[in-house]
Amino acid sequence: MQDTLEKNELLIEGETGPWEMIIGMEVHAQVTSNAKLFSGASTAFGGDPNSHVSLVDAAMPGMLPVINEECVAQAIRTGLGLKAEINLYSIFDRKNYFYPDLPQGYQISQYKQPIVGEGEVIVDLLDGSRVVVGIERLHLEQDAGKSLHDQHPKKSFVDLNRSGVALMEIVSKPDLRSSEQAKAYVSKLRTILRYLGTCDGNMEEGSLRADVNVSVRRPGDPLGTRCEIKNVNSIRFIGQAIEYEARRQIEILEEGGEIHQETRLFDAKTGETRSMRSKEEAHDYRYFPDPDLLPLELTQGWVDSLAADLCELPDEKRERFIAEFGLSPYDASVLVAEKERADYFEAVAEGRDGKLAVNWVNNELFGRLNKESLGIAESPVSADQLGKLIDLIKDGTISGKIAKDVFDIVWSEGGEPADIVEARGLRQVTDTGAIEAAVDEVIAANPDKVEQAKAKPQMIGWFVGQVMKASGGKANPQAVNALLKSKLGVE
Amino acid sequence: MTELTDLTIAEARAALDKKEFSAKELAEAHLGAIEAANGALNAYVLATPDQALAMAARSDERLANGEAGALEGIPLGIKDLFCTQGVPTTACSHILEGFTPTYESTVTQNLWNAGAVMLGKLNNDEFAMGSSNETSYFGPAANPWRREGSDAKLVPGGSSGGSAAAVAARLCMGATATDTGGSIRQPAAITGTVGIKPTYGRCSRWGIVAFASSLDQAGPIARDVRDAGLLLNAMASFDPKDTTSVDRAVPDYTAELDAGVKGLTIGVPKEYRIEGLRPEIAALWDKGVEWLKAAGANIVEVSLPHTKYALPSYYIIAPAEASSNLARYDGVRYGLRVEGEDVTSMYENTREAGFGAEVKRRILIGTYVLSAGYYDAYYLKAQKVRTLIKRDFDTAFESCDAILAPATPSPAFAMGEKTGDPLEMYLNDIFTVTVNMAGLPGISVPAGLSSEGTPLGLQVIGRPFDEATMLRAGRAIEIAAGPLARPEDWWSKAA
Repeated sequence: MQDTLEKNELLIEGETGPWEMIIGMEVHAQVTSNAKLFSGASTAFGGDPNSHVSLVDAAMPGMLPVINEECVAQAIRTGLGLKAEINLYSIFDRKNYFYPDLPQGYQISQYKQPIVGEGEVIVDLLDGSRVVVGIERLHLEQDAGKSLHDQHPKKSFVDLNRSGVALMEIVSKPDLRSSEQAKAYVSKLRTILRYLGTCDGNMEEGSLRADVNVSVRRPGDPLGTRCEIKNVNSIRFIGQAIEYEARRQIEILEEGGEIHQETRLFDAKTGETRSMRSKEEAHDYRYFPDPDLLPLELTQGWVDSLAADLCELPDEKRERFIAEFGLSPYDASVLVAEKERADYFEAVAEGRDGKLAVNWVNNELFGRLNKESLGIAESPVSADQLGKLIDLIKDGTISGKIAKDVFDIVWSEGGEPADIVEARGLRQVTDTGAIEAAVDEVIAANPDKVEQAKAKPQMIGWFVGQVMKASGGKANPQAVNALLKSKLGVE
Repeated sequence: MTELTDLTIAEARAALDKKEFSAKELAEAHLGAIEAANGALNAYVLATPDQALAMAARSDERLANGEAGALEGIPLGIKDLFCTQGVPTTACSHILEGFTPTYESTVTQNLWNAGAVMLGKLNNDEFAMGSSNETSYFGPAANPWRREGSDAKLVPGGSSGGSAAAVAARLCMGATATDTGGSIRQPAAITGTVGIKPTYGRCSRWGIVAFASSLDQAGPIARDVRDAGLLLNAMASFDPKDTTSVDRAVPDYTAELDAGVKGLTIGVPKEYRIEGLRPEIAALWDKGVEWLKAAGANIVEVSLPHTKYALPSYYIIAPAEASSNLARYDGVRYGLRVEGEDVTSMYENTREAGFGAEVKRRILIGTYVLSAGYYDAYYLKAQKVRTLIKRDFDTAFESCDAILAPATPSPAFAMGEKTGDPLEMYLNDIFTVTVNMAGLPGISVPAGLSSEGTPLGLQVIGRPFDEATMLRAGRAIEIAAGPLARPEDWWSKAA
């Protein structure tokens, strides 16, 4: 969807000239639901091996799959969040292959007629540019179990807790042109899924993983042969894998070789990709419609009711923050990247100065949280406390500088900002008499500086600093400034 | 004792109410018959006398307390394809040897809920793949019937051969069976019993070892139409655990059994008069038409033009589904495991040793027709044929209420007679597969004896979920045909 000619900065310079990367992603997102896609077994993470396994998950003879309505609803919500077409008629197919952690000998998936069709994701990049990534489809499928090869010298063990858990496979179009774009796309997708509550997006627990398709070509040429890097499980690794893979392919092509379509694995230790199986070794999955399941037929009414209950999505929230609170696009993007942050901001900004609020949330609060590796939910300063602190600045009770001290006290000791200001005597001095006395004192003590200031009005800043110091930082800086100007006779 | 095993289910149930004998005595009579006969007939792969007597004792309590169910105390045999809790279930395959389910199939649970008593597990073709019961890992069941003047053992048909043989030989009052391409109706026809293949979705498939999911359907085999209806009353249900089961009330299939066929229109499909049809089968069919006409039915000729494509299409779809359904028998979790160097060789060794030749043949056919490059030419085309076959029946049922056809192309054949030629074996299904392909109900009713003195059956095909009308027509044939001779008991003597 991008015009390659306008995006020259994305090209990679090889030995023999520039190359363009073409990247498409298949993201596997675990559906947030209490039960598996076709059985009533729990989907809770952790738990002893094989403790969340029903007769269906273990593929006992005569067992039959029954679709879990909540998983279908989650797929539809996700499709709506991706601005995608919802297919009212879809079909579950069997993908046949043998593996010990696949008890049925087939995975129930959707092949030719998925539940969700074409959609799009808008990705905002750090440089302020924006890429629209096409979504090809989203389908529902079962996860496999887990083979454990390190428990016994000669045997492998199988844990079926994950077997049958619902996954959404979200397939993008080959619209991505750099590892930065690919990483930003996965981040954005994860944000959308978390907003919707359809996937927790936890990559460490395997709730979100990506297969990355990479090819390279000369700008303007037809698409090159792609390689698929399987199961990359962190955003950083996605970037590394793409960079490595693109350079590997360019090297081969520049040496006159050709790329063979294959499946590769990313090794996080070495940062390299290595061949897993070639196209010739690829499985023939013998897809066919699962005869145990009827076609999935949805009513438009149900889809509409899910759409009506959909939460505000990040793009909409970003636009609203810009319009409602006067935020810069950058600040708004930072806030909406995480729903909890956006919610926190909104609680602070409600009825207050939006710009002041975003400065405090994005800079002071997020800076401190990042420094201490805390999530927004663990913030020692609540939105209510921060809001009240901002109120104290706004009504002139304290200065911005004092407010930072109060923030530190709330952070480490808790308490209401107003109480802290009172108890510690931090209230800003706006009593002109008291300020005037301090000003007079400083002027009297520094006649030489007074003379200099008359010639060089910038010197006034030094006087302000002296007065503020004398007042213990509590004097109102505007009042100090005004008094000094009149007494020194400078403008 | 012989007298008790001769009773029909309806008679026995009434007698139990009147306390003429106890459920325990009824169970014991059948357990004795099994004991005496099974060496010769091999109808049961597992008798469960302890279970039977315990269930009968509970039935007697309920009979005494006035809490008796519709099938209270009725001793039944269960095809080994039905999972039975705590009782080994093997589908008569080596690969499931030693497997004991921790769960009960919905159909058998329904029967126990109605008060029925389990005598044991019945022989069948391995994974229900066969028409003679000769592919069973436990050896073939024998047909109680023999050709006049011959001691040669005949097959009881398949795949529900053990069910049909046990019912015909009075080793149970009725049996469960399953029908994927004719596996209830064909054995019923050639053992002189009544077999019902209900509409697809009428009985739950939950807990039945799957062969071909879109075709498999459970049904009863009994000695007369009423008994078969009584069993179906209990077996049929909507089951939320089976997505393909249909949420429809189950009528009393015996309520209008004797309403007759007066005013009904019976269709006779011209395409079933196939080339090379045995004259005695054609004659029996003609006789059936005359019987129904005499009983007041209107007879019309109907056309089912895609009939000749049904069998080849069936032998694409059923193996395709089977190849996938049987993938779970991999030696990893239950049943047989033959170790190997690595996991792939373990799979190979297990499946090589665990599956018989016919099962392997069908897995290979099914894998082939689903393979990349062949899918469209075979599987997809077969599915299109299936749609046309359904449409044929829809059109035919616009002008008739039920269809009359032969059940099998021949009477019972000898053991070993067709095992060398799979195609000839597959031809046994020629009159029955269309019904599975279209998801319709069909019943096979004994209608006479062949020139060899062995039973022949006629088949009535009904509209979807109109088993009641189908049973009325079946009952009319049963009345017209009169009581069938019964096979001479050679098996007990041999025991």
